[in-house]
Amino acid sequence: MWYLCFFYHRLLDYRKAEVESLAQLFCSEDEVNDLQWRLPLHHHQDSPFHFVNLPSEDVATKIANRSILVKGMYELWGEGGNYEELEESIRNYPDERKLPYLESNSTFKINVDTFGKVISLVEQNQRIQGLNYIPFKGRVNLKSPDIKFWLMETDDYGANNGLPPIVEKRIFFGREIGGADRKLLPTYQLKSRTYLGPTAMDAEIAFLMANQALATPGKLVYDPFVGTGSILVAAAHHGAMTMGADIDIRVVRDGRGPDCNVWSNFKQYGLPMPIALLRADNNLPPWRSGLKEVFDAIICDPPYGVRAGGRKSGGRKLLKGVVSPYIVPDDKRTGHIPSTAAYSLVECVHDLLDLAARMLVMGGRLVFFYPVLREDDNADTHFPEHPCFNLIASSEQILSSRYSRVLLTMVKYSQYTEEVAEAARIKHIDFKENHLKWLEDGNLHSAVFSPADAQLSAAADAKATKEPKPKYRGKYV
Amino acid sequence: MRLLTHNMLSSNIKGVTNGFPLRIEAEKVVEKQVDLNIDFLKNMFPKIEWKALVSASRTMGYAELPEEVEPSKLDSEEFLRKFHHALLELHLEEGALVCPETGRRFPVSKGIPNMLLHEDEV
Repeated sequence: MWYLCFFYHRLLDYRKAEVESLAQLFCSEDEVNDLQWRLPLHHHQDSPFHFVNLPSEDVATKIANRSILVKGMYELWGEGGNYEELEESIRNYPDERKLPYLESNSTFKINVDTFGKVISLVEQNQRIQGLNYIPFKGRVNLKSPDIKFWLMETDDYGANNGLPPIVEKRIFFGREIGGADRKLLPTYQLKSRTYLGPTAMDAEIAFLMANQALATPGKLVYDPFVGTGSILVAAAHHGAMTMGADIDIRVVRDGRGPDCNVWSNFKQYGLPMPIALLRADNNLPPWRSGLKEVFDAIICDPPYGVRAGGRKSGGRKLLKGVVSPYIVPDDKRTGHIPSTAAYSLVECVHDLLDLAARMLVMGGRLVFFYPVLREDDNADTHFPEHPCFNLIASSEQILSSRYSRVLLTMVKYSQYTEEVAEAARIKHIDFKENHLKWLEDGNLHSAVFSPADAQLSAAADAKATKEPKPKYRGKYV
Repeated sequence: MRLLTHNMLSSNIKGVTNGFPLRIEAEKVVEKQVDLNIDFLKNMFPKIEWKALVSASRTMGYAELPEEVEPSKLDSEEFLRKFHHALLELHLEEGALVCPETGRRFPVSKGIPNMLLHEDEV
């Protein structure tokens, strides 16, 4: 059955991926494979209106209610390019679908919504009056109606007014069957969070990540770069058991005092505490050797060196590049604070993929952010790959004119074998021996903050060959 | 730190081959009540090193877990409650985890194990 899906006009790249992920939670395998998308007539990919084919209304309702970006999911009763076409379309919609929702013992409300324009209350009323060919028998109830109908209108635009190119006006009329609970976002907004770090994940993205990771009760979700726990809070909200590690002990153990730490961030919302927080290095994870396939999902925002650089253990030894290690004198062992070395993006992502391949259950998900320099966007962007994983979604969020980050969702589909483990071990040694080289190659920080001359000339070359970018904001929103 | 975490951790010092299970030095143990989640327990059970859990819970002053266990036990609610208590409700608040091979102490303070290695252990 096709449903009309009206998205919030933001994070455009994340919208379909979210619905597809949530379908996984509420549908059978076959039903997920049957999921299809279709655009309304003359609409652009970036339009907030999409049609989605889902197995049942129940599933569509559950998906919409759990989502963050679905403004509303509707059973479409009619659509058209003008009000005459709309009327004809609604009249042709079968009575057996309409009449059960028009009965005299029900209450209803008709909402008018527009995209890209504003219409006055008087006009709204006129639009509603214009629907009098529909035999509404129920009573009107504006506060808590049983059934909500929506009349949605887009306008025709030129191509350059800052909005997606919806070339032709389109009007939809439908019955609401679900929509996102955006009240979550003010509840969990960062500005009311007691313990914050410089890179705490904002609530909307954290909830999107938890949805991509399919966080549900009984599942175990791990964040190897937990920081102040902002991503795990969203997973815990959906009932998942959480676990987190960080290399910075001040963050995980002390916070800013007894009522301002990672634990208090969970207590603040009445969420169950994480199963465990520990100080560990993602480069040398402390898991016992036989342990594998324990986590249902790994969600994280790796430190890729733009706002916060990654660190790993083995500082002074690697810095000097000497073979003989720095020896900690015996009398200074207790309370010794080991130095750390910078952790390159490439190595960090390698470690993350290896950890996920080993520690995720089959079908488990790895959801993480990966930085991309935007100069690359004419070439094909290469995302990290791993023989155990399938990339199922990549959603870009543009952060500046220079770089953006992409949320990658990967599913483990193949066992972590001896060969994979061995390849990872060799790579690990390679990283250790060529520490400085990898540090230079994998440093996004310098690319983002370096003088812009080189990039300007590169951009000029690119401009000559590239089509001018559309003026609407696209992925920026 | 819960015993579930203890059951997952080992000493990863360079050259150590047998870093599991870490010996617990308990200075302060607290109990915190957690809601029973049977699905989660059944999910975790096959991944637990049973012997390590039994001896760790003894060190923490809880001796109710049987030495040997069959998966069929998971149908008994009494067993599940004990398993739940040992796995999730006992916390090592202050103390240390000691590497069985080298004797290196990984301190646990405010419930957070510090598994970071020194420069010469990497």
